[in-house]
Amino acid sequence: MATKIGVYFDQSSIGGGLDLESLADTVGGKWGDLTPVCKVFPVLADKKARDEIAADIEEEGLDGVLLCGASPRVDWDLYDFDGVLVDRVNLREQGVMSYKNPDGSLADPEAAPALLELLVTDYVNMGVVRLQKTTAPDGSPSEGVRRILVLGGGWTGLTAAVNGSLAGHEVVLVEKDEALGGRALGLLKTVPLSHPYTDVHDTGIEKKIAAVQADDNITVYTKAKLAKLSGQPGDFTATIALASGEQEVKVGAVVLATGWQPQDTKVLEPFGYGSLQNVVTAAEFEKMAKTGTITARRVAFILNTSLAEPADPYAELCAPEAPAEAPAPAEGEAAAPAVKDHESVRHLPISNAISSVVALKQAGYVCDAFDGGQAFILYDSMVVQGIHERFYKAAQDRLGVMMSKAEIRSITQAADGSLNVLCDNTLIGDDIEINVDMVVLPTGIVPATAKDPIVNFDYRQGPAFPDLELFEGYADSNYICFPYETRRTGVYAAGCVRQPMMLDAAEEDAVGATMKAIQCIESANKGVAVHPRSGDLSYPLFNFVRCTQCKRCTEECPFGALDDDEKGTPKPNPARCRRCGTCMGACPERVISFANYNIDQIGSMIREINVPPDMKKGGPRVIILACENDAYPALDMAALRGKHWSPYVRIIPVRCLGSVNAIWVADAMSKGIDGVMMLGCKYGDDYQCHFVKGSEICKRRKENIAETLNRLGVEPDRVEQYEVAIDEYDKLPGVIEDFMNMILEKGPNPFKGY
Amino acid sequence: MSNSILVVGGGFSGLTAAIEAAEVGYEVYIVEKTPFLGGRVAQLNKYFPKLCPPSCGLEIQFQRIKKNPRIKFFTQAEVTAVSGDAGNYTVKVHIEPRGTVPSSADLSLLASSLESDVDNEFELGLAKRKPLYMSVPFAFPSRFVLDKAALSRADELKVGKSAFCDMNEAPRDIELNVGSIVVATGWKPYDVTKLSNLGAGAFANCVSNMQLERLASASGPTAGQIKRPSDGKAPKKVAFVQCAGSRDQNHLNYCSYICCMASLKQALYVREQYPDAEVTVYYIDLRTPGRYDKFLRKVKADEKIALVKGKVAGVEEDAATGDVIVEVEDAVKGEKRKHRYDLVVLATGMQPSLAGQKLPFDVPVDEEGFIVGGEEKGIFAAGCAQKPLDVMRTAQSGTSAALKAIQTVRGR
Repeated sequence: MATKIGVYFDQSSIGGGLDLESLADTVGGKWGDLTPVCKVFPVLADKKARDEIAADIEEEGLDGVLLCGASPRVDWDLYDFDGVLVDRVNLREQGVMSYKNPDGSLADPEAAPALLELLVTDYVNMGVVRLQKTTAPDGSPSEGVRRILVLGGGWTGLTAAVNGSLAGHEVVLVEKDEALGGRALGLLKTVPLSHPYTDVHDTGIEKKIAAVQADDNITVYTKAKLAKLSGQPGDFTATIALASGEQEVKVGAVVLATGWQPQDTKVLEPFGYGSLQNVVTAAEFEKMAKTGTITARRVAFILNTSLAEPADPYAELCAPEAPAEAPAPAEGEAAAPAVKDHESVRHLPISNAISSVVALKQAGYVCDAFDGGQAFILYDSMVVQGIHERFYKAAQDRLGVMMSKAEIRSITQAADGSLNVLCDNTLIGDDIEINVDMVVLPTGIVPATAKDPIVNFDYRQGPAFPDLELFEGYADSNYICFPYETRRTGVYAAGCVRQPMMLDAAEEDAVGATMKAIQCIESANKGVAVHPRSGDLSYPLFNFVRCTQCKRCTEECPFGALDDDEKGTPKPNPARCRRCGTCMGACPERVISFANYNIDQIGSMIREINVPPDMKKGGPRVIILACENDAYPALDMAALRGKHWSPYVRIIPVRCLGSVNAIWVADAMSKGIDGVMMLGCKYGDDYQCHFVKGSEICKRRKENIAETLNRLGVEPDRVEQYEVAIDEYDKLPGVIEDFMNMILEKGPNPFKGY
Repeated sequence: MSNSILVVGGGFSGLTAAIEAAEVGYEVYIVEKTPFLGGRVAQLNKYFPKLCPPSCGLEIQFQRIKKNPRIKFFTQAEVTAVSGDAGNYTVKVHIEPRGTVPSSADLSLLASSLESDVDNEFELGLAKRKPLYMSVPFAFPSRFVLDKAALSRADELKVGKSAFCDMNEAPRDIELNVGSIVVATGWKPYDVTKLSNLGAGAFANCVSNMQLERLASASGPTAGQIKRPSDGKAPKKVAFVQCAGSRDQNHLNYCSYICCMASLKQALYVREQYPDAEVTVYYIDLRTPGRYDKFLRKVKADEKIALVKGKVAGVEEDAATGDVIVEVEDAVKGEKRKHRYDLVVLATGMQPSLAGQKLPFDVPVDEEGFIVGGEEKGIFAAGCAQKPLDVMRTAQSGTSAALKAIQTVRGR
């Protein structure tokens, strides 16, 4: 709680003909002892000004500094006053720059209109009260276990284990089979993994196994599975099921590298798999190569799998989304959510890139095995991405390898047992029949998590990763920029359990996931948040006295951070928490708060807005609750691009729309605010919400708010949520304009003046 | 000995490597040659397959930098010399003057009052800029840059009077002591003028895929309206020519990884803006690996987008109309024909930024300019300095390089 706040104005960035000295007097007069210093600097960024602030802190014993000028997004590096709470008030971008008169005309730059003065006064008062209701957060360090658990002892898991150890961490490796090595053990050769990327070579898996076995820092459990993972990053308890019974191990973070299994061959039946002889899968063909039992001299590798696919394999995805979370069990019932099987025909096309390079590799096996051996690769597209093109080129140059785009019409067995592959739309025409000894069909890569929860989270929200249906069962991330971030903090997936990938990518992926695991451990030990609010010391505080065990917070947390006891009282796990505040937004009893972000704080800011009793005279007032991640920067950008918006709106940044509590809207309405706009990220399958579910949850809550308003006789459309991407800055002012016109047409909030 | 890490390049892989390492507790320096962080992705309108804006992820990265005192970055900076060994490198960095004082003062009025106009490198030749500029959307750092050489005499007088500009700021040379180096120097669009048969650089309405990103971006020269550069008309027929430079031994002897997905994405940009427009994509192979397959099917389902396996033999301009005539051989039908388009987009490949450059450190580089070693020296390539990758793979690569760097400097 800041109790002595210095308020400083930056003349150079505000301008707009505002009389800042008089504004400083007004603010100082209103807040009295709370703001012993209110000053205007010609240039706040100047070293002189900063020295003077430092002197004020010393002399006046300030514990808070409020800087009024440009957006907090700029000049962040200049204002660090040790041990003092520093906050900013955006009077430039979201004040002077974006101001326009109610009639649409722009303000006289030499003399600020009264409405602009009201606007900036409100913002400064809101800033003062925000700082007053802010406490410096202190962090919540967890136990401090630095050990990494690696699940899976294949190529990826072994790489992760070695790299964790190299970084100075103890590693526990859990492998379900008797031997280490996983699927790489079954490969005769790998597609090239390094420069010059032209020739197949040994995988080198044996070296990886030996390195793990020789490392004293790594404990290996084989024929083992993770039965349960409970606790939180920096303080997990992993229950490992061994042949000899269960064993508990404390770990700080987890790398999930449980790989994949071949897709059910049933999808390959249209190609004659299971009914024709010598129609095999790529996985089976690799085994023949490994054991030296290839007898076929002419082999067709089929990559165009459209014959086995429905016209649109993704069609059912267009159906309305089923509720993402498993329904909560009834009171007293044990949670036993059924695990969905995510395997489908889609795993065939999704494995296209692997199938393509594997076909190139295996075509080489045929030519290697026999003089005059012939391999036909029949594709729709050769998906040989990036640098691996060089391998493709090298294969094209090989005698005996023929490739063509082709649609497979049928495969039939001839009397002599050979197979006839009938193709259309090839590069040499239609009705082409190729006679071969063997047909090799691609092996779809089905991630381990498509079939089994694997990690077996002992979490209130169930044992598996949520959202897997979005990723076809892969333990993948929805983010493009942050490929390791999922909804379960401290568990990082790598290798083919995350996406279909080759050994080179899996190797890199394993190192990356280990990096994230180590970072999560360090963060948990320091008590700070991980992505996206990395380093944030604040965490949700619970005032349990008022908790009614309604379970909203435990159910809505996008990250499953909250468990609960038998009565339903939430049990916080701060190291799992991403600090979005969705729990705070969920709680009808104001139980949850952050030291520097809470219900009272935002509520108080809303109360600082001066609402004219007569809308006709003073104009309406509308609050914009803007997601600080995307909507807030978009508003800044709009202003910088010369856009303007209504002088009647007041923008309040929020951590995420998920943190918006209905109480704020109720407070605003009862205060006579005429409308509330909520600007947040896109939701749906391609959601952009930084906290995954925040904006979507807000939308659901908004429906309830609307109902309540309706009952009270307030038009529900006075509260509206908008999906705003960060680059929609040019559209935003129009969105605000439309909402304001709607409010002006509707007239005042019926509660105004009560 | 030093446990600090140097990251060369402030694009997506460099930012990722730097931030991930710093959040574990290591001191990191980023050296970026342009005036702003963000690199190549800052020029993109949307990412495939989600069609989400790159500035969203960059904003997160910048927030992480703001909150982390262990990250120091230098813009307009280049590494000039490196000496020493793993664990103990001395790095010389040359820093060009920004010409403005450290403050976010809004210089846009002053900037627009200047008379000189120069090519805006960020807009890839599609727009001009002033010699005082902040041309990147959501620019970070959000401070103007003074291009002193481009000022006219009158401009110099104006700028000289501003308290926020510094005409006399001198370049600086600094020395950093680091234990490990991450090279994340990224890529540049292949010089399309080398593809003389494809008309790029010569015909106004034959643009590169990166130029189309700028034309589609809200922050770009047309505020996001895709228009023909020659006359500003809305294109009704658009062709994409895949592998412009890529998969060609005479140009780039590899596949550039992103161009198929990029063109499919851009086909959707066009279709979204112009419901009547027709798009044809001429390709050798459609490379949409993994879950990108779903994106391909979505594009295929659009009846006004044709995907044709075919080789483009040549491109001509109809000087009277500005239309572009594309001669193409349909590989399946086996027929060679000429088609007229309003706009042609060349799916230009990516070339490593280091191609043809002399490196300040001794690491092996392949014939194309990709870094293919250096690990034993504590020097790690990340992202497209190493091989062509998309953004997701780049982030993965940067994260991985961060741990490798940490392993090198740990305990020093």
